[in-house]
Amino acid sequence: MGIEEKLGDMGILTVKLEEAVNWARTRAMWPLLFGLACCAIEMMSAQASNYDLSRFGMELNRASPRQSDLMIVAGRVSRKMAPVVRRLYDQMPDPKWVISMGDCASCGGVFNNYAIVPGVDEVIPVDVYVAGCPPRPEGLIHAIVTLHEKVRHEKIRDWA
Amino acid sequence: MTEKYEHIDESTLDGMRTLVTEEAVEGKTVLLNMGPQHPSTHGVLRLLLELDGEFVVNCIPDIGFLHTGVEKNMEAKTYTKAEVMTDRLDYLNTVGNNLVYCLAVEKLVDLDVPPRAQAIRVILTELQRIASHLVWLGTHALDLAAMSVFLYCFREREMILDILEMCGGQRMMTTYFRPGGLWRDVPVEFEDAVRHFIKIFPARIKEYEDLLTNNPLFIERTKHIGVLKPEDAIRWGVTGPPLRASGVKHDLRKVRPYSGYEQYDFEVATHTDGDTYARYLVRIEEMRQSLRIVEQALNKLPYGPVKSNNRKFVPPPRSEIGTSMEALIHHFKLWTEGFPAPKGSVYVAVESPRGELGVYLEGDGGPKPYRVHWRTPSFVNLQVLPLLAKGHLVADLIALIGTIDIVLGDVDR
Amino acid sequence: MSELVDKVVEALRSRFQAEVSTFRDETTLWLKAQQIVDACQFLRDDFQFDMLEDETAVDYWPQETPRFHVVYQLYSYPHNERISLRVPLDGNAPSIPSIVSIFPNANWHEREIWDLFGIRFENHPDLRRILMPHDWEGHPLRKDYPLGYEEVMFTFNFDEIDGRKPYAKRYPEG
Repeated sequence: MGIEEKLGDMGILTVKLEEAVNWARTRAMWPLLFGLACCAIEMMSAQASNYDLSRFGMELNRASPRQSDLMIVAGRVSRKMAPVVRRLYDQMPDPKWVISMGDCASCGGVFNNYAIVPGVDEVIPVDVYVAGCPPRPEGLIHAIVTLHEKVRHEKIRDWA
Repeated sequence: MTEKYEHIDESTLDGMRTLVTEEAVEGKTVLLNMGPQHPSTHGVLRLLLELDGEFVVNCIPDIGFLHTGVEKNMEAKTYTKAEVMTDRLDYLNTVGNNLVYCLAVEKLVDLDVPPRAQAIRVILTELQRIASHLVWLGTHALDLAAMSVFLYCFREREMILDILEMCGGQRMMTTYFRPGGLWRDVPVEFEDAVRHFIKIFPARIKEYEDLLTNNPLFIERTKHIGVLKPEDAIRWGVTGPPLRASGVKHDLRKVRPYSGYEQYDFEVATHTDGDTYARYLVRIEEMRQSLRIVEQALNKLPYGPVKSNNRKFVPPPRSEIGTSMEALIHHFKLWTEGFPAPKGSVYVAVESPRGELGVYLEGDGGPKPYRVHWRTPSFVNLQVLPLLAKGHLVADLIALIGTIDIVLGDVDR
Repeated sequence: MSELVDKVVEALRSRFQAEVSTFRDETTLWLKAQQIVDACQFLRDDFQFDMLEDETAVDYWPQETPRFHVVYQLYSYPHNERISLRVPLDGNAPSIPSIVSIFPNANWHEREIWDLFGIRFENHPDLRRILMPHDWEGHPLRKDYPLGYEEVMFTFNFDEIDGRKPYAKRYPEG
């Protein structure tokens, strides 16, 4: 699309541009403050001093979806909350990624009943899933590193 | 079948007429939605605020965004399997939820608990109370813009989570307490870890107090904010630190002791002012008293079994299964069907860090609970928020949500 | 049972013809739906049962009369005593007077019972759904309401369930 059409495939220059942009995107991803339930406490633990998230550039959580690029869905999504999640996801500007943290957000977890959406991927598309109830902060950090790996391999024609 | 009239249509002003005052309808006050996703609501709480400038005229909480259907889901599982869901209600007091559920099941089926199990239950519950108050302190101070307290509190909480992981295998949702005692005995490193924690923690509490208690900014933001009178607190059923900070000296661990609390010597922290600063002081003092209880329980820890001997309800140890036929039969019955409970209902309440946490458990003769109802402190304490917030600024409202110490898992179940 | 509880039981029996049952040292008094407001007022004013600890309901479907029991737990601060009241209700259009005028914190408890069981409370100031979305149909905690579970995915039925699971798209259609 876009850049590739205009500039044509300039070989090594587009590759370098991809690498540079993807590198920049991984180094300072700002998460949206979206802790729902118990996994939010482990997310807060991950952000605190023992397992520090600010070394990934995630020092602050932005409260407004318009200013964030990563949504960590931490906790169970109930049927009343699902439209809110979708609306927040739609309000985030591109590029955006989603980490589904914990069992409840990935597959419904311990709960299998009328009130919980079985997996937040029925509401928003997810990039990385983290297992655990709640996952250890190291698990969340592994998910972030995996997401960085995924972002580094994105191609220019996906986002341009 | 829901009738039409009790659905409030929030998109038009007409629909909201029953909830808001006349001034909002006329346009003199502003209706603002403090939505489910907000940095300071400690979870997914939605508040509908009616503001006159910056002053809150009325605040209407809208809950249910974390409704998990735990009560109905527990009816579909046996008593032991349903305990897994109890951790996830008030997720900052996971061990306390397990405790109240186990006490209720033990009362229903009339099961004994050996003294060593009771003492270890007390130690872990009090450590969990300290951990919960640490999260409260960290997030409350964070809302009032004191960020370093948050980092200090989580540093201590990691030590407590290490102790819980050592015993139960998991940092937060341990399900370590089982009906009849504990899952297994504590490991050998447990005593050293707890003693080390007891040694260093008083100095850390002093650190938090040095940062906050005499800080003029903190005092300015918390004194005379949200005064709760004792008569109002009793009428509205408020329990826990908000009740004790208003002057009513009532702690379930003292007036209706459970799990061996009568053997330990501790004070009930109270204060008379009933404002946010008083609730802060009460919780800091509770942390100190909890540490006292942990030390006494650890010193007096008796030797003995950690599970009841009643094989009808408690699974036998694996070593016995190879030698005894009855043990094998009991093990088989417990794992495939579960134990039956008599017909009848019990209500058991304990003192959680947030207030009175109660379980209403009804059995019907089968292996699954017929009805489980959780009387959660946050659900009842949150009703008092509109009363406290009248006439205060929006910034004070943030302090009030923090000081009532609600956990949305508790509110919505 | 302590003295106070004995006195309360006697008083309620003589005034309201209530029945008593005990289980594991807890006393329960059975009342009729129209008596509950008077009974609560009587307990609060004369015997200092000043806190409503808990209010909940139990469904006994398929038994139709009575189908619901509304359970109240009252606590007395000065005497440190607990007592529980039970009101049986019939299955079709169950309704009971609200005790919000006596214990204000019954407000949300009764909203929750309306939401999850469908028991209507007369004279409640604000009876609407509290935990479920406002346009939800049905009352989930009734025994004839299904649990609503999703079939568990194992390897043998993975593809079949995966095919009908509604995965979300990045940009919604339309």
